[in-house]
Amino acid sequence: MTDQQAQTPLLDAKGVSKRFGAVVALEDASLTISAGQIVALMGANGAGKSTFVKILTGALKPDTGHVRIRGTERRVGSPAEARRSGLVPVYQEPSLIPDLSIADNLRLGDTPVADFQHWVHELGIDGLHLDDMISALPLATLRILDLARALAVKPDVLLLDEMTAALPTDLVEKVLDTVRKQADAGQSVIYISHRFSEIAEICDRATVLRDGATVGDLPITPGVEEKVVELMLGAVLDKDPTRTSTAAHCPEGMPRVTVRNLAAGTKLQDVSLDLYRGEVLGVVALEGQGQDQLFDVLAGMDSPTAGTIALDGKTVSFNHPADAIAAGLSFVPGDRADGLLMERSVHENIALPQLARFAKWGAIGMKKEAATVKKAIDRLQIDTRAQGEVQRLSGGNQQKVTIGRWIAAGVDTLLLFDPTRGIDVRTKRQIYLLVRELAEQGAAVLYYTSELAEVPAACDRAVVIFNGKVVDVIEAADADEQTLMRAAYGLTASAAVSA
Amino acid sequence: MTSETTMFKSVGRFIGNNPLVPLLILLLVLVGVLEFMRPGIVNERWIGNTIKFAIPLAMLAACQTLTMLTGGIDLSAAVAATISAFVMATQVPIVGVPLAICIGLIPAIMIGMVNGFGVAVCRVHPLIMTLGTGLIATGCLQVYQRFVIASGSVIPDGLAWLGTGRTWGLPNALILFVPIAILIIWAQRRTGFGRLLYALGSNETASRISGVRSWQVFLALYMLSGLIAGVTGLLYVGLIKAPSLSLVNPLLLPSVAAAVIGGTSIFGGRGGYSGTILGALILTVLGTLLTLLQMPEGLRRILFGLIILTVTTTYIRLTEQSR
Repeated sequence: MTDQQAQTPLLDAKGVSKRFGAVVALEDASLTISAGQIVALMGANGAGKSTFVKILTGALKPDTGHVRIRGTERRVGSPAEARRSGLVPVYQEPSLIPDLSIADNLRLGDTPVADFQHWVHELGIDGLHLDDMISALPLATLRILDLARALAVKPDVLLLDEMTAALPTDLVEKVLDTVRKQADAGQSVIYISHRFSEIAEICDRATVLRDGATVGDLPITPGVEEKVVELMLGAVLDKDPTRTSTAAHCPEGMPRVTVRNLAAGTKLQDVSLDLYRGEVLGVVALEGQGQDQLFDVLAGMDSPTAGTIALDGKTVSFNHPADAIAAGLSFVPGDRADGLLMERSVHENIALPQLARFAKWGAIGMKKEAATVKKAIDRLQIDTRAQGEVQRLSGGNQQKVTIGRWIAAGVDTLLLFDPTRGIDVRTKRQIYLLVRELAEQGAAVLYYTSELAEVPAACDRAVVIFNGKVVDVIEAADADEQTLMRAAYGLTASAAVSA
Repeated sequence: MTSETTMFKSVGRFIGNNPLVPLLILLLVLVGVLEFMRPGIVNERWIGNTIKFAIPLAMLAACQTLTMLTGGIDLSAAVAATISAFVMATQVPIVGVPLAICIGLIPAIMIGMVNGFGVAVCRVHPLIMTLGTGLIATGCLQVYQRFVIASGSVIPDGLAWLGTGRTWGLPNALILFVPIAILIIWAQRRTGFGRLLYALGSNETASRISGVRSWQVFLALYMLSGLIAGVTGLLYVGLIKAPSLSLVNPLLLPSVAAAVIGGTSIFGGRGGYSGTILGALILTVLGTLLTLLQMPEGLRRILFGLIILTVTTTYIRLTEQSR
């Protein structure tokens, strides 16, 4: 190897910026990788990680800055072109076509079959036939196939996005071993993961993104976790607390909702929590730790595979969201598109839950309905200039409508899934205030947010879910972002055992 | 932005807020063209006749409108109507008029029930489900015909009076149709059931989260659609006065067209019955107009199809502009 080659990094991204309309997703992101290195790409929610990945893979064009692979500028093109240019991603969701066989999928991607089979074997999956249909294979196997397919085309840089999520422990070990061995043989890898233990095991460096900019590039040494968390947070802004009482919250009496050892889907493993009347219980979790399933089960959208839910001490089971609503649990979904009748008016959207039951199929009391709707609109200060169709409202106002429909009827237990995602600061604050007010009036609120800074602002206590399990319960008042971030990454004292 | 596109937009916004106005204008223009081509044709008699033939179409289109609001369709409506008419007419000699009418409506409601079950519980797409039940029901009707061939058929005088009679120049069918139309228009806006049709068509997941048990709504909806189709069949046989195995079938696709021209979205969540009534009138007038042109049948059909396509796409474009 000549000096010249050693100095030119394999992949070199510098000063990359990208804006979508008024939103700046990336400001100054950089990443360099030399041959044989494994670099962890880290960043909290909204740091710009996914945009950066899209630019690296050539799915998006950067506004400024450059991405070079072996010194040649990356062009935006088809996924096939991206593959040829040497950076091959393996995403969290398997990218194999379910209704085709393995062989057909390989043919589509021009993957060398012999190499593929070699890697499948290496990664510890036996007994596969190339004629097997993708849809008949378990998720863990598919992820391994995806990885084998990527390795088979011998890419310059391999990008692994949450590769080990949904894999059983023995496969995780195999994958980490294989990736490390490949790196030692000269393969470069960008490794995206929420799991510090894995990063410590195989990565050489960690590049940290915050607010769209690369804020650090650290070698992995013992204790680097603390440093990374600090970098991800940056200077913690002073947040005005929205709580009126500063006294520590002490739950007492019978919990409104008792969840014990709940499991559902592939991600929710074992969650137990108590939600009391008059409190806002935060849920702190990184993306995909099972919180979606927890809310779905509580809302009656999904059935648990194990565990129990009790309301005021009485065990319940829901077959339909209507059962959950009848029991007093109201659900505001994370995706507003799942909660709203986009072509219908604000009025109809807010009135919907009150007409849902069979008993309400008859004539509507229009005056009474108008009064209830107006109450909700006033309370949430919904901007009704474009009330004819909800799709014409701003994101914040749409979110207010999804919450307002439950307020209109008088709320007992509110399940809020990331209610402030993608809405403006002013509306966010209105939502915290509303949530606090509801709790003071005796409602029980379960509040998941992807923004950790909201937890001390809006919640009384918070449960931390990591890998589908509750790993900690935190008093929100004295939880700073750093504590929460460390907890969310499974770095608390109680979770340290597994790390 | 040029002033032309601005104007286009503001026209679009106006139509978006008053979706019936352009339909009414189109109807009047068509009548005007007709009067221009054949001066004097538009008289009391002609108006009465047009309404008389538009009513069964509008009633069958009610089945399409209501199911379309939920994102569905009812392709078995014409068969259900035919069965009702045929069964009723063949039962009159055996059991008498009132009972025959009741017996006639039963198979129509049953078709609706099977549709509702398939759509609501088995989650079959309404297009496929109603197409299937329509075919099955046609087969059943043919089998049924063999058993009643001896008894013959009778059209009750009351139905003939309702179908063809006039009072003060207006068709008697309005006695049946006006209350039904008012009921449907009222129900779609002012009842919980009506709102749920829009809600399910707009976003089924959101409706589920809000506690709507969709199967109940779908089951009731398709049964209602079957009932309306059955009543349409009874009225239509009173108008045509000759029951056959394909009596109402020619009205099926026009009934879908009437709903679509009337502004009901086939994707659900948008539209209503008032537009459908205008759509049915427009189609009827258009039919007369094309007959008057004395063109060969093939050319007439081509023109009919082209006009429907043009009207619908322009209308949708205009209303979408405002969004």
